[in-house]
Amino acid sequence: MTTVHHRDAGQLRVDTNECKGCGLCIEACPPKVIRLEESLNPYGYRTATYMGAGCTGCGICFLVCPEPGAITVLRARRPGPAAASGPQVRP
Amino acid sequence: MSSEPEVSWEIARSKPASFYSTYERKDELQHATHYCPGCGHGIIHKMLAQAIDDLGIQDRTVLISPVGCSVFAYYYFDVGNVQAAHGRAPAVATAVKRSRPGSVVIAYQGDGDLSAIGSAEILHAANRGEALTVIFVNNAIYSMTGGQMAPTTLMGQTSTTSPQGRGAHEGYPLHVSELLATLEAPVYIERVGLGDNKQIAQAARAVRRALDNQVRGLGFSLVEILSPCPTIWKMTPVEAQHWVRDVMEGTFPLGVLRDRTQSAQSDAVPAPPPLLSAVPRILGIAKTGLPAEPSAVGAAPDLNLQVRMAGFGGQGVLLIGEVLAEAGLDAGLEVSWLPSYGPEMRSGTSNCHVRLARELIDSPLVAHPDVLVAMNEPSVRKFCAMVRAGGWILYNGETLPEDCDWKDVHVLARPFTRIAKDLGDARAANMVMLGALLEIAGNLPRTSIESALGRLVRNPRWLALDEAALASGRKLMREACAEANHAS
Ligand SMILES: Cc1ncc(C[n+]2csc(CCOP(=O)(O)OP(=O)(O)O)c2C)c(N)n1
Ligand code: SF4
Ligand code: SF4
Ligand code: SF4
Repeated sequence: MTTVHHRDAGQLRVDTNECKGCGLCIEACPPKVIRLEESLNPYGYRTATYMGAGCTGCGICFLVCPEPGAITVLRARRPGPAAASGPQVRP
Repeated sequence: MSSEPEVSWEIARSKPASFYSTYERKDELQHATHYCPGCGHGIIHKMLAQAIDDLGIQDRTVLISPVGCSVFAYYYFDVGNVQAAHGRAPAVATAVKRSRPGSVVIAYQGDGDLSAIGSAEILHAANRGEALTVIFVNNAIYSMTGGQMAPTTLMGQTSTTSPQGRGAHEGYPLHVSELLATLEAPVYIERVGLGDNKQIAQAARAVRRALDNQVRGLGFSLVEILSPCPTIWKMTPVEAQHWVRDVMEGTFPLGVLRDRTQSAQSDAVPAPPPLLSAVPRILGIAKTGLPAEPSAVGAAPDLNLQVRMAGFGGQGVLLIGEVLAEAGLDAGLEVSWLPSYGPEMRSGTSNCHVRLARELIDSPLVAHPDVLVAMNEPSVRKFCAMVRAGGWILYNGETLPEDCDWKDVHVLARPFTRIAKDLGDARAANMVMLGALLEIAGNLPRTSIESALGRLVRNPRWLALDEAALASGRKLMREACAEANHAS
């Protein structure tokens, strides 16, 4: 996996067996941090992939993706009182 | 890197638990749905599964899937599933909901399914205010069958059956949600779309609300979802998404068309049906000829019997199946009786499946009978290999045909037709065979059998003959067993 930028509030995982490369998540992602892979998966699809930085953990890609398990969104859990406010946290 | 704070990650969004982990629809592709890339059905499945998860109702949800591209919804949702005939999901859902009022029943339907062939079912289910959740997926076309015009196809939209574009000759787009909103009973009707992020988020909220209404026992809820079909529309998934928002929405405006959730009465558990014994009084009819009130379940005899009965049409296999099932019912057992009408109905054999058990019966199908009653040669050939080891084949003939494939089963082969003829009428052969079977099912009380027979055979002459035939069959079986014991 790409190195994760530790200041990010979220990160994205794509199951390359489930993704059909429809591109809806790419269209939907507000900070535009998803792109299509150049190579094809075993079923012939160019799957979605996280660019490695900038995910806010908003979960919109998950909502618009038609495949049940293609997308998993992770959110950072940080220690301290700021944890509750998530994305606003500064290192 | 050392200056970065410690971060641990938690899963915020992942595959809902109401989906199966793998889809065992075929040997391959067990991780993928059968939907095209970008299909709205997939998005809707996911919001529905998420709502089921969030409301904690997975173990009491029953999904009725339609005919259309979503016909295989039951491959994906790990809930109770029934796949209904084209357009009939609201009727099937009504039956499920009324017989299991505690369940949460979802009718999932396409626009062809709901607004064309199923227009009557949805109208009346809504008018009765059935406490259902209907998910109405409107993609303005028949997709599964390759793109024929639907009642919801837009004016000017081309389809394989309106190649010049839909014109007034083909009628105007049917606004089903608006029509249903003229009815008194529905509690909640909303049209949403999958046209952009905002619309999709609203659609997810509406689906959840429609489900929550049912959990709260409020009544009929329907969500119409304008949904992309990139394949038949011949667009990319993103273009199709935009078409929903920029074009479809012009014909089908989004919004809440009915919301009576505030004033609706919660009616989660309707009154239980009347006792069987009260029915004659309610209907004002004499009490004779009705089955007796079943005894309490615990008092039922210990019996678990699966029978397959087969013969020529007219030999009465369905009747003896019915007598056996009715007798079981009378004895307080769970029973099922399933006549099987194959293509051979007209000329060849007819057959039925009968089950009697103390426990609830999961399926009325009998694939491996304990007893096969074969009234003719084609039937014994067809079914003998299915009989469970240790089971019985009762065959109407002197010996089993040479090429019958059976092992580890008991066989009682007798010329039952001739035996019945000697008793007075060859047509009572079925009852002689039933008598032999009842001797095996020794636990079934005689009183139950007598009362079942009395209800099903009304002609006194036939009743007397059938009683004699049953007795003769019992005797045959006792003698055969005695002989076998003697020999061994
Ligand atoms: C009784 C019957 N009539 C016709 C068909 C053929 N048929 C299968 S799917 C379908 C239409 C499906 O359209 P829709 O409900 O809009 O679902 P979609 O495929 O678009 O999701 C039709 C007419 C059928 N299977 N059964
Ligand atoms: S929306 Fe889902 S299926 Fe489509 S490209 Fe993104 S991850 Fe793949
Ligand atoms: S969670 Fe939000 S920011 Fe992160 S990839 Fe998905 S849509 Fe983009
Ligand atoms: S044909 Fe259309 S509705 Fe059917 S699976 Fe493909 S995209 Fe979905």
